[in-house]
Amino acid sequence: MVNRVVVGAHYGLRDWLLQRITAVIMALYAVGFLACILPRLPLGYAGWHAWFALLPVKIMTLLFLLSLFYHAWVGVRDIFMDYIKPFGLRLVLQSGVILMLLVYALWAADILWSI
Amino acid sequence: MEIKATKARPKNLDLTSIQLPLPGIVSILHRVSGALLFLVGIPLLLSLLQQSLQSHDTYEALVQSVQQPLVKLVLVGLIWAFWHHFCAGLRFLLLDMHRGVRIESARSSSRWVLIVSLLLTVLSGVALW
Repeated sequence: MVNRVVVGAHYGLRDWLLQRITAVIMALYAVGFLACILPRLPLGYAGWHAWFALLPVKIMTLLFLLSLFYHAWVGVRDIFMDYIKPFGLRLVLQSGVILMLLVYALWAADILWSI
Repeated sequence: MEIKATKARPKNLDLTSIQLPLPGIVSILHRVSGALLFLVGIPLLLSLLQQSLQSHDTYEALVQSVQQPLVKLVLVGLIWAFWHHFCAGLRFLLLDMHRGVRIESARSSSRWVLIVSLLLTVLSGVALW
């Protein structure tokens, strides 16, 4: 009988690839953000608020944050798989992290769309 | 079936006589910085973004609180974690594409990751304060 563990590593390639794709998205956003913001400094509250009120900025920022949360999930899962051996504990921790990241995603959408 | 080693394998339990090579240090720091960014960085980033956008008053309060020495220390630590993770991540992407995998270039690129991420941290600190 194959002894499969529910929190084991059998979805490797998809996550490995998504970790890298989200990394590229975040790197592009970070460089683009600095390139847009640095020449406009100092912004003050009015300028900062007006910048994030633009729809393309909201969408790109949300895309960046969602990439960040997915990327964080893969990284944290890797850390758990390396150091947390009892799979019951690992399952609890991984579920907690997924829940936390989902809350972050909803929070991020709320921050950006209440501008 | 049990496979037995035919030769006694060398053992070295004296941890002070061995050292992680530079690419290994960059690798473990990539993991440590990633964990820091997840545990502290993400919730802090979201709450800072919220405070900075909510109202004029919360924005001004944020500008004030960022001047406190302890807050500065935490932020500088996280900025380092960000830049280290960024630079080491770019290096890993290049390694994935089989660029710079020879030992000399892998060593020198890991040295550059450490230097450049520290420089970017200092630059960010100067730009912020």
